[in-house]
Amino acid sequence: MSSRVLARIPLYGLLALFGAAMLVPLYLMVITSLKPPAEALISRMWMLPTELSFAAWDSAWATLRPYLVNSFTLAIPATLLSAFVGSINGYVFSRWRFRGSEYVFNFLLLGMFIPYQIVLIPLVVTLQSIGLYNSIAGLVITHVIYGIPITTLIFRNFYARIPSDVIEAAEVDGANFLGVYRRVALPLSLPGFVVVGIWQFTQIWNEFLWAVTITSAGQRPVMVALQNLSGSQIVEWNVQMAAALQAALPTLIVYVLLGRYFVRGLLAGAVKE
Amino acid sequence: MSVEATPQLPVEGHKESALERAPVGRKRRHTPKGVERAMPLLLLLPSVIAIGVFVYGFIAWTGWVSVSNWTTFVQDMSYRGFTEYTRLLSDFRFLSGLRNVIVFTILFVGMCALVGLLLAILLDRQPWGQPIWRNLFLFPLAISFVVTGVVWQWLLNPSAGVNILLDQLGVENLPMWYVSTEIIPGWQWGQIEVAIPVALVAVVLAAGWQMSGFAMAIYLAGLQGVSEDLREAARVDGATELDIYRRVILPLLRPMTITIVIVLGHISLKTFDLIFVMTGSGTGYVTDVPAVYMYEATFRANQFARGAAISVVLLILVVALMAPAVWARNKTEEGARE
Repeated sequence: MSSRVLARIPLYGLLALFGAAMLVPLYLMVITSLKPPAEALISRMWMLPTELSFAAWDSAWATLRPYLVNSFTLAIPATLLSAFVGSINGYVFSRWRFRGSEYVFNFLLLGMFIPYQIVLIPLVVTLQSIGLYNSIAGLVITHVIYGIPITTLIFRNFYARIPSDVIEAAEVDGANFLGVYRRVALPLSLPGFVVVGIWQFTQIWNEFLWAVTITSAGQRPVMVALQNLSGSQIVEWNVQMAAALQAALPTLIVYVLLGRYFVRGLLAGAVKE
Repeated sequence: MSVEATPQLPVEGHKESALERAPVGRKRRHTPKGVERAMPLLLLLPSVIAIGVFVYGFIAWTGWVSVSNWTTFVQDMSYRGFTEYTRLLSDFRFLSGLRNVIVFTILFVGMCALVGLLLAILLDRQPWGQPIWRNLFLFPLAISFVVTGVVWQWLLNPSAGVNILLDQLGVENLPMWYVSTEIIPGWQWGQIEVAIPVALVAVVLAAGWQMSGFAMAIYLAGLQGVSEDLREAARVDGATELDIYRRVILPLLRPMTITIVIVLGHISLKTFDLIFVMTGSGTGYVTDVPAVYMYEATFRANQFARGAAISVVLLILVVALMAPAVWARNKTEEGARE
């Protein structure tokens, strides 16, 4: 018995080592953001605060608040729309097979793998010409369109698992294509919407390239504001850490609460069925 | 592939309720036959058009910009030729960035695959609290590269972070991390040294911290697909645990490795936010990458044709990575089917 325990020591040793390494940046963010200004010295970087202070939190919050609001007004509608579009597309691909439907599917899917720099200039020109440049609405549309491949993929694989007798039963009852979607597929879709929703929310919240090119000044999402703040010479580093933590918290909270759905989204993007 | 990639349907619980919502006696809807037949197409059309325009159309548009006269703030789409491409071939910044992104991709994907494989093997031994460990290794994936950049900028700042700890341990010659201008010698190629800029290692550490969990999740899914029978059979044949991993399991993980190379490789080639936030281009462009150059050339210097040309090269890089990888994946899948 004890030799079995001994044999497992290296296992737990390595797990603890890598686990600690994963937590180091988080530890640093949390303790630094809670230090009173007098203790926020580089030389005391690794030490715990002797007393808790929310000065850095307040200061970061005062700067970031409007941009956090922007990020929510961006991420929530973009996530919902994107999940809805993906659900319709995924449903069509799971039910409707014709010669070449795989090609249409791959035509959409390939959009996932392009480096987005290749569409950046036309995108900016297009958004300018329809008056959506430098607006949250422009970012919403962008995220919905470029989210089509991944959301379609996840929902197609999801709907493919609806047993065909369930669908046939509805068809016998006289439901048409849309009717089956509305009365059978949609009510079963909640787990699909959770996976796609969490995935898209996280991606959209964290995204930087679209945000920095399409928006400026007051329209910026929080990640651009955070980047500005960290590049500034006059913002103290403990405020930078507090701001980084605040910007990360929404997706971290979602991860802690619904992590297993996040992982499904992660694997769905990587693993073809 | 046997990986559990899509959410489970709660079929048992909901099957009946879904049927209840399709009551038998309901009046039949009268949709004209033609509309009904075209319905799937009609539903799909907006997305196909959107992707057609915003992906394929825009790629062609960018291609045209790259050979146009659009080199100032004023849009000029008249044809100029391949001037920007030939210019890039002797552009010190672009060539540095190209070298950097290739070096970065190799180191980053390599680090993620190795750390991910190790973590997956550890978790596959079913340690106590396995789901907790797994979530711990995966949480950085939920964080933005911008946040990672801000924090690691302080962690690997030469006069702060890790160096404070190293100093207390008595290490002399503390590493300069991302501020280093040193380039581990390689060979000269035109004006560029094909070699590893030390500063990139710092960025690889930050990116690896964030993305290793992805490789772990993929490998873990693969390991769980290796049947216990197979392992038992190898044990009966007298194989040690190490042999089993080397001879039996690793070869079976090849498709997972290909997936990791595809996904992480294409993320790596277009790296923008982490570099932009954490280091910028660096002294002598030691940490510059094409994506950062593209952004600055286009939106800071108004060199739209040059920005477009850089992004075309980026697309070619991604295709060059993906095409053989996808081919290899299809081949292993065919092999598995036979």
